[in-house]
Formats: sequence, C-alpha cells, structure tokens
Amino acid sequence: MTQAQRLAAGGLVDRSTPVSFSFDGKPFTGFAGDTLASALLANGVRLVGRSFKYHRPRGIFSAGPEEPNALVELRAGARREPNTKATCVELYDGLSAESQNRWPSLAFDLHAVNQFASPLLVAGFYYKTFMWPSAFWERLYEPAIRRAAGLGRLSGESDPDSYEKATAFCDLLVIGAGPAGLAAALVAGRAGVRVILAESDFVLGGRLNCETHEIDGAPGSAWARQAEDELATLPNVRIMRRTSVFGVYDGECGAIERVADHMPAPPEHAPRQRLWKIVARQTILATGAVERSIVFGGNDRPGVMLGSAMRTYVNRFAAAPGRRIAVFTTGDDGWRTARDLRTAGLSVECVVDTRHTIAPDVLSLTGDTAVYLGSHVVDAFGGHGLRSIDIRDAGGIRKRVAVDALAVSGGWNPDVALATHLGASPTWSDAKAAFLATEPPRSMALAGAAAGHWTLAEALHDGGTLGMDAATRYGHPQLAQPRFRTSDEATEVQACWHVGGARSKAFVDLQNDVTDRDIALAAREGFRSVEHLKRYTTLGMATDQGRTSNVGGLAIMAELTGRTIAETGTTRARPPHIPVAIGAFAGLHRDTHFKPTRLTSGHQWATGQGATFVDAGQWLRAQWFARPGETDWLQSVTREVRTVRSAVGVCDVSTLGKIALTGPDVGTFLDRIYINTFSTLDVGKVRYGVMLREDGFVMDDGTTARLAPDHWMMSTTTANAAKVMQHLEFCHQVLWPELDVQMVSVTEQWAQYAVAGPRSRALLQQLLGTVADLSNEAFPYLACREFRCGSLPVRLYRISFSGELAYEIAVPANYGDALAQALIDAGRDLGVAPYGTEALSVMRIEKGHVAGNEINGQTIASDLGLGRMMSTRKDYVGRVMAARPALVDSKRPSLVGLKPVDPAARLRAGAHFVARGVPASPETDDGYMTSTAFSPTLGHWIGLGLLADGPRRTGERLRAYDPVRAGDVDVEVVPPVFVDPKGERLRA
Amino acid sequence: MRIPCPFCGPRDAAEFSYLGDASVRRPDSSVPGDGLDAAMQVYVYIRDNPAGPLKEYWYHGAGCHSWLVVDRDTRTHEITGAAEAHSGAVS
Repeated sequence: MTQAQRLAAGGLVDRSTPVSFSFDGKPFTGFAGDTLASALLANGVRLVGRSFKYHRPRGIFSAGPEEPNALVELRAGARREPNTKATCVELYDGLSAESQNRWPSLAFDLHAVNQFASPLLVAGFYYKTFMWPSAFWERLYEPAIRRAAGLGRLSGESDPDSYEKATAFCDLLVIGAGPAGLAAALVAGRAGVRVILAESDFVLGGRLNCETHEIDGAPGSAWARQAEDELATLPNVRIMRRTSVFGVYDGECGAIERVADHMPAPPEHAPRQRLWKIVARQTILATGAVERSIVFGGNDRPGVMLGSAMRTYVNRFAAAPGRRIAVFTTGDDGWRTARDLRTAGLSVECVVDTRHTIAPDVLSLTGDTAVYLGSHVVDAFGGHGLRSIDIRDAGGIRKRVAVDALAVSGGWNPDVALATHLGASPTWSDAKAAFLATEPPRSMALAGAAAGHWTLAEALHDGGTLGMDAATRYGHPQLAQPRFRTSDEATEVQACWHVGGARSKAFVDLQNDVTDRDIALAAREGFRSVEHLKRYTTLGMATDQGRTSNVGGLAIMAELTGRTIAETGTTRARPPHIPVAIGAFAGLHRDTHFKPTRLTSGHQWATGQGATFVDAGQWLRAQWFARPGETDWLQSVTREVRTVRSAVGVCDVSTLGKIALTGPDVGTFLDRIYINTFSTLDVGKVRYGVMLREDGFVMDDGTTARLAPDHWMMSTTTANAAKVMQHLEFCHQVLWPELDVQMVSVTEQWAQYAVAGPRSRALLQQLLGTVADLSNEAFPYLACREFRCGSLPVRLYRISFSGELAYEIAVPANYGDALAQALIDAGRDLGVAPYGTEALSVMRIEKGHVAGNEINGQTIASDLGLGRMMSTRKDYVGRVMAARPALVDSKRPSLVGLKPVDPAARLRAGAHFVARGVPASPETDDGYMTSTAFSPTLGHWIGLGLLADGPRRTGERLRAYDPVRAGDVDVEVVPPVFVDPKGERLRA
Repeated sequence: MRIPCPFCGPRDAAEFSYLGDASVRRPDSSVPGDGLDAAMQVYVYIRDNPAGPLKEYWYHGAGCHSWLVVDRDTRTHEITGAAEAHSGAVS
C-alpha cells in the first residue's frame, strides 16, 4: 500500500529505508524513523482503537507518552504486549500490531451500543448498578464487564525474554534531551562533569525535531544532531536513549531502558529491557511540557488531535494528519500549528481562538486563513473520522465547517511529575496557567518548559545556566557560558477548559471515557476534593496518567464548585511515571532465581544417593533418600530412623549456622548471650545453650564448643543463622564494645555431618584409625576435639540430636563431598545409610527436642521445659523481661508429649487441645499441637504440643480439635521424651 | 536510598537492615534495682515517632557487618551522616 498521507518532502524519516509492518493483519509500509503512529497516519489509517467504556471509535490524539487513544497490542504469541501506545512504538521491519477492545472488528464493534446506554455507565456506575446480590458480582457482573470494557489482552504465556538491572552513577543526571537538556549536558559535559543524559525517544532533540525553530542559524533538529555528536565525543558524558526516567526516589532515580523493544525479538543474550538505578548528585529535569486538550462535544473523534502533535507529525515525520484542517486554540501556540500546516502544503480551513484580541505578529502567522476570534468549537462530527465541526462565533452564531482534522491547543502542562515524587505538590500559577513544581527535591532543578519557561530561548538559557552551576559545583574549570542564538516566540494563553452547549459527548479523559457530565455528577454527589474526583470518576487513572486531561478535569470541578484552581489543587503523582513491565522490576529474579539457592558441599553426593530435597530457607537439604522398592516417603523415613536407632546413619548438617568466636572475653560474652553459663566450659567440651530476645522470648538454641581457651565455635539453627549473627554483633558492637571478642560466620567454610547410631563409634574409628581415640573415656559425651587427619583439619563433636550415640564431624567445605563418601564407605559393613531432615525431625520429636515449630517467637524458656537452664547467678539478654508476671504464669502453654488414645490414629500438627466433652471455642482452647511424627520406634504417631499448665496434666485425655482436616482425635498427655528418657544411649 | 558507611563508603540501603531509634540506651540489667523492670520495659517497647532528624541503628549485613548510627530526617529521608555505633555517636 502506498503512503498516501506522506508529505512529498521534509521530515526526519529515512525515505531510503522502507519498513514493512502490519496493523490488524493488513500490510503497510513506513520509513525508518517512524513511530507506529506516524506510519499509520502516513498510510491514512485514522481509526486505531475503541474506547474503554463506550467503545467509541478513536484515532491518534498525540505524539508521545500522553497518548490516551491509540493503544494497541504489539507483537503476537508470548511476546504480545497489550496497551502499548502507538505513539511511543519505534517502527521496525516486521512489526505487527492489533487494535484492541473491539468485537468483532475495529470498524464494526457491537459493544459500541454501550454509548447509547451511557446514562447507566456514568461515574460510579459499578457501585450503583451492580450492588446486589453480592454473589452475582463474581459470577456475572465482573466477567461481563471485563469482556465489554477494559483494554488489551495479556498473552497468558510466560515471557520468553529476559530483563536485567543495573546501577549507574554520575554527578549530573539530565532527564530529557530537548533543547534545555541538550544545553545543560553540553555545558556541563564540556567542563568535565560526569553527565548522564536520559531520553525516552530514540532520537535526541525533543521538540527541536518537531518545530521549525533555528539555533545559531541552523534548523533545530540539525543543531540537536550536532550537539549529540559533540556529546558522544566526551568520555564523561553518557547518552542513554530509549531510556525513560520513571521515578524519583530517595537518593536515586529509576529508569527503564528499552534495549530491544525496537526489534522483533531481542538479539541473543540481550535483555528486552534494562532497569536502571541512577545515582546522581544533581538532577536537571528537562522533560518539557504536554499540551492540554479542550473539552467540547465530540472532542474524541478520530481526527481531533493536539496541535503540537500535528506539528510533530508534519515536521518530524512528514505525515499529514488530514488534508483540510481547522485549529482550535486558547493561545498563541495554535497559530504556529496553523502556520506549519500551511507551510507543509496542507489546507488550513480556519483558526478558532477563544481570545478576542491577538497580537498582530501572531495574527500574521497564518496569512489569509479564515479566523474566528472570541469563538469556540462546540461540536465535532463524524463516525470513524472527523467530517465537520460546529463553531460558535463571538456573536453566538453556530457555523458548520467541513474538515477532516482538528488541531486542539488548550495550553501546556509542564511535565513535573518527577519533581513531585518525593512529596511536594505542584502549585497553580495564574500567570502561566499551569501547575508548577515550586518545591522540587533539593538535588533537582527544572529547566525549560518543565519549569514553565515556554520559549526556546528560555529553555536554552535555563539549560546553559544549570549546566554551568553543575560545572562550578563539581569543581571543574570555569568556562564561559555559551550563548545560543535563537528566536523568542509568543506564548500568551488564555485559560479555557470547557465549551458549554455541546450536542454530543464531551470528553475530559479520553482513555477512561470520563465526560464533563461525570465531573458534574461527582460535584453534585459530593466527590469534590480532587482525590475523590479522581477515584469516583477514574479521571487520570489510566496508563496515560491523565497527562492531557487532569488539569482540565479539576478546572471544571473548580468552576462547578466556585473555587479557584489553586484552591482546588491537584493530585500528587507517584511513581512510575510511565507504565513499567513487572518483568523489568523482577529482572533476573524469576522462577528458580527468585532467591539464591544454597547447596551444601555434599549436594552432589546426596544427589547420587537418591536424595529428595526440600527448601530450608535458601538451602536445599536432603529430606530423605528413597531406596529401590520404596513407594512412599514414610516408608523411606521409617527405614532411615530404624537404621540410625539400630545401626548407624549419616546426615548432612552443614546448613546449621557456625559462628567462630575468638578472644579472651568470649566466655563473659556468651554468659550474657545465653541463659546458661558458658564461661565455666572446659576446653574440649560442648554445651547446649538457649538465647533469648531482649523481650524475654526464646530466640534460638544450639551448641557451643570450646576448641581452645580463646577459640569457640557456636552453632545456630539453619533458619536463624543470619539473625543470630546480627544479634551477636549488635550486642558486641553496641552494648559491650569493651569486651575483647571477635566473631565471624564460618557456616559456608565447614562441611559438617552427623554420624548417629549405636555403631557410629565403630564407623568413625574405622575412618580415622589411630588419629583419634574415640573411647568413652577419651572422648565422652559432649567432648570436642580439633585434629588433623593427614593434612586435613578435622573437628569432631560428640553431640546428639537423635538421642543415639552420635558425633558431628566437620572438615573444610571443599572436602564435604569426599567426607560424606568416606563415611559411607567406612560404614558399609556396619549397615550405614544416609538419612535426611525428615528422619532427623522424627528422631528429635521422639527425644522431645524443641525446634522451629516450638521456638516460634511466642515461647519462653520455661514453656519449652528449659526453665531450669535460666541461670540465677548472672545477667543475660532477656532475663529481666522474661520475669514479667504473665511469662512466669504456670498456666502458660508448655511443652508436653502426646499420643493418640487409639494407637492407629494419626496426629496432625496445628490441632487445638480442648477438654473432652467441652465445645471448642477460643475460651476453651488449651493450646495446640506443634510437631507430629510417626514413630517407627514406638509404632504409632506421637506429637509435641504446647498445653496450658501442661507438665502437670500428664495422663489426662484431651480432644485434639481439627475441624478443617481429618477431624478430631483423642490424645493422652505424656512426658515429651518418648525414647530413652534417661539418656543412656547417647552416653554409651 | 544510600547510606554513607564509614568503612565501605556510600552504599545502597538494600545492603543494610534497620533496627530503629538509636537514642534509646539499654539499662545495665546486671545491677538490680527497683527501677530496672520499668527501665527495661521502656528500652524494649517505648519509642518516639519524631517527624524530623532521628538517630537510628542500621546494620551493614551485606557489607562490613558494622552496626551504624545513621542520622536520617524522617520527613525527607535525607541522610546526613553515619558513624560506628560504638564510637560514641549517640549522645
């Protein structure tokens, strides 16, 4: 298809590089340098979408991220991106886009009947219409509304592309590469300041590419190329094109770089987008301004377009938005639109200005064009494209004019959202007829149109001055500030928001289909504050963030409620300023990379042994090791427990936290950390300890060994390793810096295995030979020793979690895999088997040892049967608060053992204890089951629980109330140690 | 947000954990006394919520493992300084 609406000459598109694309399956051609929107216009495509609520035909309204109408589904399959603004899509060969929110087709949309039902679809209609019965909401109303309203469709598939994150640092971040930004970057860059220049567009220059201004005698766009070329030679300047700064945060900005959005698919190994954190000492906001619309009847017809956008399409893209065009303006700006359209050879039918008097130099811009002063466009007509407009002249007479496009210019809104993200609201300026960011963040300055300085001369001056400031501030040689020669254009504007007397719908917010009547309704119903107005009508809540509509909406509200705009105020912008894909925020942290996965050094060995792994925080731990023929996890776990209880098993316990403490004061330090005493621990001994939080509740437990007089090794639970480290460092650095203690986490430096079972001594003796004497006399229960086996340092602890004769043996982590294999080899004749965390857990429940289910942040030491460990001869963290009356109340739920009255019954953790024959209620709740397991040793299920006044209720029968699972079970309260209560086995 | 760690230089706040008001002093719980329970209760639970400058504890867990006292303005999040927690930074 030919580009019928492409102008014969001009523009910045590369006519030597045609680009093929398709829209709604139809093939088209554009040029390199086009956006999807400009290419569609060049091909005469005017109808590109349907509106959100009423399914009204819509065209292209703007030329930038403020676009409310031209939203398309870009690409296909898993790469489909809904709600993409055609005005921001850089055209590439093979691009495919589809219109959205229409059925069955764009030209013939059955849902368009919605606009005739519009009395029902006013602001708040969801709340008023679909109230009752509530069950209908989920099943009927919402699915129906979602089908009819809404925007594009998600692909429903996993995103095949990758996204990455990066951080950049600079002295000066310049946001926006229009005239102000380029001038700032040039001046600061020449002086040697480290500059990052971020520009959303794929070319630098901003409106210089869209206007006919000259700088230093050259066309603006040529000057921009020249500036870009110079910046590219400066090693201290980084140009980031296709990069939108979307948020200003404390000390940094967030930006999204569209690395590969202008290609059909990212090149191999390249991300689609890159999320930047930019840390800048100073920021210059040179984001320019966005033109406002005017509210009149039919102002949403395809063909109605912002005047500045028309200049963009004509001057930058050489694409004609129409052939017979009218201009409706409230200020001088519209007259430049008329001039540029005429210069491009398009017919300007008339200029309609709301003002009665116009400066002669402005009036002369349009030659012999018909002019209506003190006049308004009241209505626009045409279904799939504008056909005519009704003008009401200064005398109140309606006149119809046939046009196919209408440029609308309602003044300009400085793009100040980024200046308000840290909290300051913009304030209204009557002089500028705009909201200005009068209190930007301290490290931010505004330049050019973003500051309400509309003219090119002001923009260049602002940029140059701020660039000089940066040069001075960051200690670079003082150069003379360059002067940029340019013209100063007229910028008078009248505030005019709303044209009354329309016969058709007049839209305030095109994307969310908010009309002037919706604003009036909100005013009548009391939703008058801007925050209420926004939420009740959804004004400004769409993907365009109300860039063309917000100010108009609240100005109408101000009129309706008899307030000034300054009194009415405006809503505060929050990040992100443009839509950012969730995938970009996630970056590489998706699927299994969502969090780090930590593998122990024996992971390969465990895999070889057939382990099934379980997440333990970031770690993967072997849960059990299924043998051939075992069909169910309980079967494997039961065998592993029996193996440990009758022979010997090996378990990887490397994930437990290991903290090395050295120094003469470690004993004193540990006495203050643990509830029990450690300073008296002999060298070569291990002791179990419990530590509390400062509020008296148990924080963690574990063993600490004294390897040498000044060298101690603490073990923590896997889950709390980092927390305990942090706690110890707080206590040392903040509370007791006078203690001579050093500490370091060595969790990852040592591989450690539990060797448990009656034959564990034999196994280790087999492995270690004469290196270590493991007899009960030489190496009794709770002994520890450090020695070398060959050249390898080995640490051996005689500690037991299973309750059996047991050891833990540690070697440097590099040797973990080899050690595990060596243990299995040494135990082959002894019937050794590896066991996992599940068997570990079964055996600790059989022994009544508490773990994370019991040390849950709500229990104190005496709740866990550890009250007698609390020393009365010394002070320790949590001692004072643990003595609060409610915490020493004997009625507190405390640790007990439980067994089912019916030996075949299964126990489940989480069941609550209720006295038998009493209805279950919060008042009769006596505690709950914390841990349960099938005990292979006893042949039935057992449990641990926290029961009110528990230890004194041994022998009592209770109901374990479990309404949401298998039902209630009668249980008997027993002591919590089920196996070897006297501890004979572990001392054997 | 960036915190100027005295050991590591200015670093991203994501490397740090927050504890809270650093002006609260732990009573010497090793010295028994009538006021100890009440003083501990204040130390553990009672915090002001000032709008303005605040000295607060941050822990550089992904860096040097130092506990720092950071001067932050709770209204603006502006950070004006950071020092080792045990160098007498809290007065």
